[in-house]
Amino acid sequence: MLSKKLPLMTAALLIALALSFSSQAIRAQENKSIILATTTSTQDSGLLDVLIPAFEKDSGYVVKTISVGSGQALKMGEKGEADVLLAHSPDAEKKLVEQGFTINRRLVMHNDFVIVGPANDPARIKGVKAAKEALKKIADAGALFFSRGDNSGTHVLETRLWKTAEVNVEGQKWYRQTGLGMGQTLNVSAEKKGYTITDRGTYLSLKKILGLDILVEGDSSLLNVYHVMEVNPAKWPKVNAAGGKAFADFVVSQKGQDIIKTFGIDKFGSALFFPDTGRKDMEMF
Amino acid sequence: MNVSEAVLTAENLKVELGGTPVLQVPSFRLNDKEVVTVVGPNGSGKTTLLLTLACLLRPFSGGISYRGELLDSRDAVFRFRRKISMVFQDPLLFDTTVYNNVAAGLRIRGLSKNELKERVPKYLKMFGIEHLAKRSARKLSGGESQRTSLARALVIEPEILFLDEPFSALDPPTRHALIHDLARVLQETGTTTLMVTHVEFEAMKLSGRIVVMNGGSIIQTGSPSAVMDNPVDVFVAKLVGMEAVLNGKVLESSNGSLVISIYGKQVCALGQGKPEEEVNCCIRPENISVDTRNVSGEDRNVFAGRITHVYSMGPFLKLNLDCGFPLISLVTRDAFAKLGLAEKMDIYASFRPASVHVLKRNI
Amino acid sequence: MDLILEGLLKAFHLIISLDREVLEITWLSLKVSGTATLISIVIGVSLGMIIALSTFPGKKLLIAVINTGMGLPPVVVGLFVTVFLWRNGPFGFLNLLYSPSAMIIAQVVIATPIVMGLSVAALQSLPPMLRLQILALGATRWQMVWLLSREARVPFMAAVMAGFGGVISEIGASIMVGGNIKGYSRVLTTATVMETGRGNFDMAFALSIILLLLVFVVNYLFTLLQQRERPR
Repeated sequence: MLSKKLPLMTAALLIALALSFSSQAIRAQENKSIILATTTSTQDSGLLDVLIPAFEKDSGYVVKTISVGSGQALKMGEKGEADVLLAHSPDAEKKLVEQGFTINRRLVMHNDFVIVGPANDPARIKGVKAAKEALKKIADAGALFFSRGDNSGTHVLETRLWKTAEVNVEGQKWYRQTGLGMGQTLNVSAEKKGYTITDRGTYLSLKKILGLDILVEGDSSLLNVYHVMEVNPAKWPKVNAAGGKAFADFVVSQKGQDIIKTFGIDKFGSALFFPDTGRKDMEMF
Repeated sequence: MNVSEAVLTAENLKVELGGTPVLQVPSFRLNDKEVVTVVGPNGSGKTTLLLTLACLLRPFSGGISYRGELLDSRDAVFRFRRKISMVFQDPLLFDTTVYNNVAAGLRIRGLSKNELKERVPKYLKMFGIEHLAKRSARKLSGGESQRTSLARALVIEPEILFLDEPFSALDPPTRHALIHDLARVLQETGTTTLMVTHVEFEAMKLSGRIVVMNGGSIIQTGSPSAVMDNPVDVFVAKLVGMEAVLNGKVLESSNGSLVISIYGKQVCALGQGKPEEEVNCCIRPENISVDTRNVSGEDRNVFAGRITHVYSMGPFLKLNLDCGFPLISLVTRDAFAKLGLAEKMDIYASFRPASVHVLKRNI
Repeated sequence: MDLILEGLLKAFHLIISLDREVLEITWLSLKVSGTATLISIVIGVSLGMIIALSTFPGKKLLIAVINTGMGLPPVVVGLFVTVFLWRNGPFGFLNLLYSPSAMIIAQVVIATPIVMGLSVAALQSLPPMLRLQILALGATRWQMVWLLSREARVPFMAAVMAGFGGVISEIGASIMVGGNIKGYSRVLTTATVMETGRGNFDMAFALSIILLLLVFVVNYLFTLLQQRERPR
């Protein structure tokens, strides 16, 4: 009775450990697992939930998708902690290529951003063609505007737009930074009846409960461009170079591009992303 | 000289706590079937001695041997511990039933359920707690708890039983009942016992030998009557109840009789001494009689005096007397009433020469 | 307010329909945090007992450090574990980052000080002479440890529940070292944060309710064990 419990407990413990590690062992066979660093908005769109299983099935690789803020995703590439990156911050991406941390940067797809706001549109931006004009009108009206403020791809694009509109948002009372993800920022804007810039995908998936309208769309400055790049094995020998390349090849392949083209149609009625492989680089900025 | 076998012996025991010595005992011996009581004031080192002898307190310097085997290895100590048991002032029961508590030591030794069933009830009965077998230890009175602790210690039939002030936390009637029962059990089982206590009359009831300690050392050891009647110094004298201690000087000495001068008065006593010797005279309060009549001439020391204060001591009354020197007398309430005594009354105090215990004073 | 109601309804629906993904996430939460708690019990209770029962210089300082560890911010633990486990870190060769094993490691680091600190307190709450009494009854060192543990079972169980509670509900470390990978390292807490970030509040609420239910059921069982009355 007295000391019998201890060995029993230890046995149970070891079994539990073994169980938990066994599944780990299967997945972590080194050359069969890839770390993909991407952004939360990419993950939240749901595209990867279709794209990745397709890739895994074809290639036999196992993909660990780490979706974090844009800055962190690119940093992971810089530190060799990921094998392949899928991002939409062109300027920051180019820097990585210049510094030799990533190779084979290829255009994958784009989606677009839209400016949304309350139905009563206090700043009167509905139908305005140029995004920067719309933003100037919001600034002039002093209308409530919510920014993600988290250095995400979305935030970076938004900041660039304010620059071209020649508006300084520093310290402005109507300019609020949430520091949150896209979905939450949309919710906050809806609650407070303010304007915000969002990617079409997230807006569409939340449209029903939001009560915000799309007011400005279609401007080329609102394009959100995605590139895939592999982390440079010359800089970081430990990366799974073959795996990273296999994934990158897949997303720009016909099969991958087809998946991208058709994603979202059955759910939202229209596609969320537009495949761009082969096109000349579409960056406007 | 006691020729029974020595169960436990110790040589040169020294224990230090934070650099200061708290125990210094050059030799100690516990004989088979002996019941030894260690008495002394708080801080005298008696609990330290007990715990060290039971091999529960380390480190210490010196050697302890059990039946001749020196207990100097972990193995030997462990085997020794399996042969002894201990009861503390706090019953320290486990949070379970009385039965499980008493059975604990047996379970530790790996006895089977059936063996437990044979032994445990017997010892529950011995201490009168068989009706409490299924009761939770949390729901016992002080006396019941201590009885459980004692049963738990004795059910394993130890070679030596150690007790550390087992009755100190109990009220007098409970204490007396328990002492009575324990005395009976110890006699029936013949268990060698070492008990620490600081209430000396218990010691008398239970033991064959008394050890008096103070300041970490043994001051006196002997049979209860030897210690009670012949304390070696004033400290022990006071401890064993000789409350009246008077300073005096020997005037005459012849044939075992002494005349001592105390505060200008003369006191006759028995003993050896030389004239001019400084002595302490110790007398038990019970041996000092108080009367309204002068009873001189009856081979007693008689002194006129006055009752300065009366203290209640249960069935007794303690009287502080002033006879030119302070005396303390213990009388029954009955006697007090019969003699018509009262505070501030003039009386005659008397005691026999044999009642005076004379100790040389070391100046 | 109706969001909470929607969440309740959705939670009910998900449980009743035994939604596969939710079951997967819930089971993984239990497995990861359960294993972590188990490991932290073994380490925390044994070390806690050793510390409580021994005397050595600097004991008070050590206990202070452990007590401080009880308040370790999980996200800080996550950061440290990440740096150790990532590819270019000292243990990168183990390939453990972004896996349930990494989550277990981080949760062990979080739970162990809690269990250890409370175990030390549990033992120190026992009467100081009890240890001697047990030894005087002839107990071996292991028997003494067992008997003392049994006497302190109420505060020990509280330590276990505190340890479990601390990790089943933590998010900072889990998301950092686990990566919230669907079907692999996604647990209730990380899934809740993700759904909230996406704006799917009803789903987030549903998962939260399921998490609360899970924690309640586990703690109810522990509490029954803790409060078990000895026969009268």
